[in-house]
Amino acid sequence: MTNHELRAEGITVGYDEREVLSMLDLTVPDGKTTVIVGPNACGKSTLLRTLARLLRPTGGVVSLDQRPVQQYRGKHLATILGLLPQQPIAPDGITVSDLVARGRYPRQGLLGQRTAADSAAVAAALLATDTVDLADRRIEELSGGQRQRVWIAMALAQQADILLLDEPTTFLDVTHQIEVLDLLVDLNRREGTTIVMVLHDLNLAARYADHLIVMSAGRIVAQGTPREVITTEIVRESFALESTIIEDPVSASPMVVPIGRFHSPS
Amino acid sequence: MKRYILVSGAFLVVLLALAFLSLAIGGFGDPPSNVLSALAGGDDRFTVVRLRLPRLVLAVLVGACLGIAGTVFQTLLGNPLASPDLIGVSQGASAAAAGAFLLGGLSGPAVSVAAFAGALVVAAIITVLSWRNGISSYRFVLIGIGIAFLVQAFLGYLLTRADLKEAQGALVWLVGSIGTPGWDEIGITAILAGVLALSMLPLRPALRMLQLGDDTATGLGVSVTRSRALLTVVAVGFAAIAVAVAGPVLFVAFVAGPIARRVVRSSEASLVASALVGAVVVVAADFLGQRALGDARVPVGVVTSLVGAPYLLWLLARDNRSRGTA
Repeated sequence: MTNHELRAEGITVGYDEREVLSMLDLTVPDGKTTVIVGPNACGKSTLLRTLARLLRPTGGVVSLDQRPVQQYRGKHLATILGLLPQQPIAPDGITVSDLVARGRYPRQGLLGQRTAADSAAVAAALLATDTVDLADRRIEELSGGQRQRVWIAMALAQQADILLLDEPTTFLDVTHQIEVLDLLVDLNRREGTTIVMVLHDLNLAARYADHLIVMSAGRIVAQGTPREVITTEIVRESFALESTIIEDPVSASPMVVPIGRFHSPS
Repeated sequence: MKRYILVSGAFLVVLLALAFLSLAIGGFGDPPSNVLSALAGGDDRFTVVRLRLPRLVLAVLVGACLGIAGTVFQTLLGNPLASPDLIGVSQGASAAAAGAFLLGGLSGPAVSVAAFAGALVVAAIITVLSWRNGISSYRFVLIGIGIAFLVQAFLGYLLTRADLKEAQGALVWLVGSIGTPGWDEIGITAILAGVLALSMLPLRPALRMLQLGDDTATGLGVSVTRSRALLTVVAVGFAAIAVAVAGPVLFVAFVAGPIARRVVRSSEASLVASALVGAVVVVAADFLGQRALGDARVPVGVVTSLVGAPYLLWLLARDNRSRGTA
């Protein structure tokens, strides 16, 4: 188990003049899977990026274990807090094993020498993500789903206790979305890794979240277990969408069925 | 990794062969009967050791420095066009060196310092002008090309203002040539290059990580702004010390990295291989310039431009095709 406290206190974040988040408070539940949802431009990615210290809040503070993240040495923070951006960049011609090995950077010395622990961690990460067979392939040869598994492998090799992911399932077909999300459940259960991710699909979010955060216009509208949070009122308030909530027949989590102008219960 | 060592070894062999050729039948004086005995102090010692060896050593140094500078810039900006000789950094060094020589009457290490300052100023100007919530490599390159023209114009102005004899001495900074350097000049360049190479060692892991983009690099613990700044200063330094002694030997920095990477077949910025390729290119170009055209001796910068410009055209043509009409 990890035992870390990642927290945002009264954070305000803006680009140029526009305020994207205002006075937002959040404590990330330790050892759980937290999913952030909300309509486009509600600030969910901004929140994740601020937690990951990619953005510096103009007001308030993001702290890890009661210490502002900006005060940590980069490499030290990276051993606790990992991040998978929405569209990570792979250098031309890089192989899977080389890419995954780069996740070891925060644990390597000044000159970046590789140790036995590095090799072991890379091997374990390839195994956990089922990418061992791909180890010598080049990234550009892989399918979208394989590629995303490789990026997750890189994050695994980092062995961070908290992993932040910005829309890890975008650009994937539904099969690979499930595959990637299942992989994150594995990680959460096996290593006790705290997971925080932004997802687009409400129903997948409700299925995979222990803790669900619904955002709208830079604020948190509701948070709690999916059962507590997913209600017709909340969906209306956040997404401006009428809906009916039923029980997901597979996972028993709440499932949002949208109502449109041409489709409504009669 | 194994391939990396193998390829670097092969480049080294090519470099040694070229070096031998240059010593045997390079410019100035007659071909000596025996290079090895001349090196050991035999008959043709003057031609080989006093005329050709310094030239060869400086060519190797200049090529290596330009190769590293180009690769670091290209990697930092993730763009093969972002090499110091295209974006005005080399031109900045040239103009400052020429200015120090013509206006300040300086020579030796002072010229290197001026070149470094000039190149740094250009790099800083491009950074400031292209900064908009971060660096976009596209904007950086375009602004750099614009700055290169400006600085080149300034250099031209300096040269036309100078009197003929002095301008002759400053001509090196217009085209790039190696001449017959003294050992003191070579020594200073070598020491500076050594210092820069050492300071590169702890920066290399961060350079690898920056290839993954600033977000991923930050997430993995790289202090992106600081690493970028330090790497830029070191790369500027490499370009500046080469330009200070040999002028803007164009296209060496531009081609060295891509060639090295293609041959090593690695995604990584192979700095050692790039340095070797840079050295091979400059030594070969200098040899060609001295020998290929009979008695007409051509400065090394002219030869590298003849080779490098078509590569630039090819790169642009290929890029255009793969991006459609964009």
